[in-house]
Amino acid sequence: MKRRFFIQRFSQEKGSYWQEYVIDCDPTWVVLDALEAIHKQDPSLAYRRSCRHGICGACAININGKNRLACETRVANLPEKIRIKPLPGFPVIRDLVVDLNLLYQHIETVKPYLITQTPPPEKERFQSPEDRKKLDGLYECILCGACTSACPTFWANRNFLGPTALLKACLFFMDSRDEAKTDRKAILNSHPGLWQCHSIFNCTEACPKGLNPLRAIVMLRKKILRGK
Amino acid sequence: MVTHRHEIVIVGAGIAGLAAALEAAMAGRDVAVVSKVFPTRSHSVAAQGGTAAALGNMEPDRWEWHFYDTVKGSDFLGDQNAQALFCQEAIDTAYFLEHIGVPFSRTEDGRILQRYFGGHYSDFGQGPPVRRACLAADRIGHVMLHTLFGQCLRYKVHFYSEFLVTRLLMHEDGCAGVLAWELVKGEFHLFQAKLTLLATGGYARLFQVSTNAAINTGDGMGMVLEAGLPLEDMEFVQFHPTGLYPWGFLISEGVRGEGGHLLNADGERFMQRYAPAKMELAPRDVVSRAIQSEINAGRGIDGKPYVYLDITHLSEEVIKEKLPQIREMAIKFAGIDPKKAPIPVAPSAHYSMGGIPVNVDCEVLADGKKEVVPGLFAAGECACVSIHGANRLGTNSTMECAVFGRRAGKRMAKLAEKTRFLPLPEVQVKMGQEEIKALFERGPKVKVGEVREKLQESMTQNCGILRGKSQLKRQLDILQDLKSAYKNIGLKGLPVAYNLALQEALELKHMLNLAEAIVRGALARTESRGAHYRTDFPKRDDKNWLKHTLVFMQEEQYRLDYKPAVITSFQPEERRF
Repeated sequence: MKRRFFIQRFSQEKGSYWQEYVIDCDPTWVVLDALEAIHKQDPSLAYRRSCRHGICGACAININGKNRLACETRVANLPEKIRIKPLPGFPVIRDLVVDLNLLYQHIETVKPYLITQTPPPEKERFQSPEDRKKLDGLYECILCGACTSACPTFWANRNFLGPTALLKACLFFMDSRDEAKTDRKAILNSHPGLWQCHSIFNCTEACPKGLNPLRAIVMLRKKILRGK
Repeated sequence: MVTHRHEIVIVGAGIAGLAAALEAAMAGRDVAVVSKVFPTRSHSVAAQGGTAAALGNMEPDRWEWHFYDTVKGSDFLGDQNAQALFCQEAIDTAYFLEHIGVPFSRTEDGRILQRYFGGHYSDFGQGPPVRRACLAADRIGHVMLHTLFGQCLRYKVHFYSEFLVTRLLMHEDGCAGVLAWELVKGEFHLFQAKLTLLATGGYARLFQVSTNAAINTGDGMGMVLEAGLPLEDMEFVQFHPTGLYPWGFLISEGVRGEGGHLLNADGERFMQRYAPAKMELAPRDVVSRAIQSEINAGRGIDGKPYVYLDITHLSEEVIKEKLPQIREMAIKFAGIDPKKAPIPVAPSAHYSMGGIPVNVDCEVLADGKKEVVPGLFAAGECACVSIHGANRLGTNSTMECAVFGRRAGKRMAKLAEKTRFLPLPEVQVKMGQEEIKALFERGPKVKVGEVREKLQESMTQNCGILRGKSQLKRQLDILQDLKSAYKNIGLKGLPVAYNLALQEALELKHMLNLAEAIVRGALARTESRGAHYRTDFPKRDDKNWLKHTLVFMQEEQYRLDYKPAVITSFQPEERRF
């Protein structure tokens, strides 16, 4: 099946422009397969990819106006004309490759690691299945950046922590083993993020893993307001 | 050119690299991790079913049983001193991973939940299967990698992401550091290190159908070969029995651990003819060969090269709670709800048992036997300790990465104080720069993708699950042709910033060199053992082949050497399941 791909290209030398590629796609193909086929014809095309099946988060791009993983988007489910752009909201390095350093910095700000003071027991710390269940919907994030890229508040304010970092913050806030809640609360209160979110829901719509960063933000707000 | 100086430089940011980085950073050392992708894009993230440790949380278990299973699983080629140490330290390492935050699934009483996996049994293989795989739903690699990455940030490890290391810089007194190409800017960087660790993963992208990430091209092993150092047991390539057909994506062994059945076109649970006692939970080499035999006998589904993995009899709750990622992949890619229809699967290249020969402290061995290369270490899939021998048990690889990554990190932390920086060898730096300059100056007569595809197709055809002498000889000829074609690859006119084609060209060079190492080892080994199955020599031959292959490359000429397998506790016996 023939598909027309319109790809937004960018390089320092040539600036920004659209390029069309007509590709004969196999019905089993995902957009990443099409990008690989284009790359074979035109080795100048730059994009990121690694795992090919939706767990590494490298290949998030904008396909027909939506942030998605190239490796999980079936070509057969798309119209004949397919417009591909880099993730919006981040500086473009080249073609579909964007600079995600700001995303990574915001994640680092929320201390994305378990903090404990009590010395660990000889074996594992106990955590009830109920407490562990509270991490579901939070721990599965693949750091692809699709949600933060879709967030208008982040577009307007580069210091806004954004949904990716806030989801991470919520993960450790909800972990029954974590002993740094006071510290985490102080971080969230002193950075634009938790209280600046306008509940636009773009993040939730954009997440390729079906996670709900806005729900995490609301959970965090409740936790902090209740002083827990 | 920018020069960076760190006491410890780790190449690769998967579980092994980050476990090492964390241990060394926790000990207060100055650690840098150089990786061609952002750390959480490393292939470790794709591990699914679980990580092995004889915790005995579900029923009694002992590390000695795990040890026996690992020895038998390896078809007696693993080094038993290393295997015993691994199975003991796995237990502490599982607890360590929990302590640093890995969100394991839990038992009712709050301990780490464990599940069944192929090859793991009780009572020295005599008893029923034992639940030894510590799980986090079906995302064990993801949780281990993300947790380690977070802790590395906490301990201020320096990350250089999207830096492709192209060359080891070897001084006569040892490894002085590495040369790297920053992909984003298209610039060279020098890394000077007292101690260098290779944790660059495997090479299963050498094959057409693979569970592996696009980045798994064996770069670290390739650089070691180029440096005139040996690789060990390269002919042992694991094909995972259940790759999602036709893509080859990993469908975890945990699916069979939870009770999944393999069915052929006749709806028969054919494993009863190949491993009547252990059925679907026999080790991977046995199951992969069984599936391939069914396919070759015309019993693939609709005559096509795949069989069914059926979990329609499992409850919706088990599928959603314990196998959510598998469910998601089956739905997204194959359009199949695994509760309603069986999943199409076929063997897929998965893991390299062989690699850079190291001792149990992860020090690289110059002769492959005893002599240590000062300052150079390797851990994880790129290394060969050898835990896995001729065949790896499921869940042993993520744990190997964690156990030996930690060992490497601790060892390097201890050595860092009294080790000095060596001067960087200018000639080698120049050679590394010339290599890339030449690629950019040459016109594109041959495309990288074309050579790579031919390599992958021919390796699958001639050096796959079943191999014979004539196929392997033919493959050697094909490799010579591909190596000649490689010399005509050029990137003239392409921009230097984020040049994916350059990355692929450099990876392809290693892939070609590794392919020849694999084929030469496979051709010489006139027996069948574990994952290496010779159609013309179908029996294991302990008299002549209870030994490791070592392969050296010098000026494109290959040389083989051998060393005996270390046997301390269990004498080779017939392997029945």
